[in-house]
Amino acid sequence: MNKAVENIRPYDVDSIRQDFPVLHQQVHGKPLVYLDNAATSQKPKAVIDSLVHYYQNDNANIHRGVHTLSERATLSYENSRKKVQCFLNAASEKEIVFTRGATEAINLIANAYAQTLKANDEVLITAMEHHSNIVPWQMLCEKTGAILKVAPINDQGELILDQFEALISKKTKFAAISHMSNALGTINPIKQLIDLLHQHDIPVLIDGAQAIPHIAVDVQALGCDFYVFSGHKLYAPTGIGALYGKLELLEKMAPYQGGGDMISVVTFDKTVYSKVPYKFEAGTPNIAGTIGLGAALDYVNSIGLDAIAAHEDSLLAYATEQAKRIDKLRIIGTAKQKGAILSFVLDGIHPHDIGTMMDHQGIAVRAGHHCAMPVMDFFAVPATARASFAMYNTHQEVDVLMAGIENLIEMFG
Amino acid sequence: MLDDLRDLYQEVIFDHNRNPRNFRKMEDADRQIDGFNPLCGDRLTLFIKLDDGKIVDASFQGQGCAISTASASLMTDIIKGQSEQEAQQLFALFHKMATGEQVDMDDLGKLAVLAGVCEYPARVKCATLPWHTLDALLKGVEEPVTTE
Repeated sequence: MNKAVENIRPYDVDSIRQDFPVLHQQVHGKPLVYLDNAATSQKPKAVIDSLVHYYQNDNANIHRGVHTLSERATLSYENSRKKVQCFLNAASEKEIVFTRGATEAINLIANAYAQTLKANDEVLITAMEHHSNIVPWQMLCEKTGAILKVAPINDQGELILDQFEALISKKTKFAAISHMSNALGTINPIKQLIDLLHQHDIPVLIDGAQAIPHIAVDVQALGCDFYVFSGHKLYAPTGIGALYGKLELLEKMAPYQGGGDMISVVTFDKTVYSKVPYKFEAGTPNIAGTIGLGAALDYVNSIGLDAIAAHEDSLLAYATEQAKRIDKLRIIGTAKQKGAILSFVLDGIHPHDIGTMMDHQGIAVRAGHHCAMPVMDFFAVPATARASFAMYNTHQEVDVLMAGIENLIEMFG
Repeated sequence: MLDDLRDLYQEVIFDHNRNPRNFRKMEDADRQIDGFNPLCGDRLTLFIKLDDGKIVDASFQGQGCAISTASASLMTDIIKGQSEQEAQQLFALFHKMATGEQVDMDDLGKLAVLAGVCEYPARVKCATLPWHTLDALLKGVEEPVTTE
């Protein structure tokens, strides 16, 4: 990323907002304030156009036709792989496997490691994981007799590092850690954790679903074995995501699903699988979505992830400061290292009611357990309301959010 | 600003949310069952006492939004004294109202304050969770009930 170029261009949020058609509408007669970006982000016109362009001009199946359309589709699809490779700074494009999203990528890895784990081996995760980084490992443990170990968090929602370290032993055979918590916003010191795990030769998967739109990722510098993310939180379409895996590990792993496009020779006696990454991409993939992901990465790069992160940090700082002025409001997740997520509860008002009442004011926030029920249990709340920020949100929208909260507190009496 | 929400959040609902009726554990319940809405995390335990096919006492505990708390509060009030059959008929009627079917509001009595939920598809299950739980309990189900 060229910092010199970024520095001379001020961050122009109004111009960015112009690129997102969905933002320009009214909900219940009020201008839409979209603060549910941690669930999914909105899509810039460039991404929407890339889908339309593909379907109007290039629609064909990939990796099989010799005709022009198939060649174009294949080229665009593979270009997206190169874009993901660059975005994550992977050493080779072969290390990028397209999946439906982070969830499928985690399941792919859990499935592959099912063959190497045995009874009483241990898999280490943290207490702040999303269900998608809990359940596949539970399923793996059920299958193999391995044991799931959960590293605890403190009252701020931060991982307790010495307890994490204390859980590492010779039995630990795999670790899966979120880069950033979707329910709390906590950013984990993953480089430190990866180094620690590698001292014990434990492979580690980083769940980047939440981090990917906010934090520049360099998988080579991190040294992680696997990194997964979903496109839809990164301004790309739903149903597309990626798995980064170190080449030598991917090569050793058995395929995830069987079918077309993942084979080189099939007879009824024996099938020879394709090489990575195709070995893991059975069936006709989400071609349009993959091209959309490429367009989303181009768009994010055109603004600069560092500039986006700085803007979001400023929104979070402002929102946190404003939220502290509301007596009945308690912020859930107060880690020192935190991404653009403000999870909160209001004294005596259930988050579900908050969600409906905010919607009536045109404000989209998430109310619920955020697919992190263990986190809710830890903080002894049934659910939280969550405002999460993206590149196109404004400080004025934070004001609308706070006024909206004050309004509903008044209504509840 | 939120006046148009008054169809959903009537004052009676706030009242039942602040001071839910029959909100207690029943030590000598004849039957009890848990109800759970996995989408939002609302959960309640419903207790009833029966005498000769009649519900002589009903109570609940749990945590939920204003809509589900008010609904459970109103429900436990209204079913006291009813036969199992009457309570099930009322559930059918309440379900119709909550999902927007035409019903005679007079038959619903106090429950009519929850009629507004039919305009809020995301909230219908909040209102019906206590009733689904009651229905299962009357049918003799023992496993926890979920709305999904």
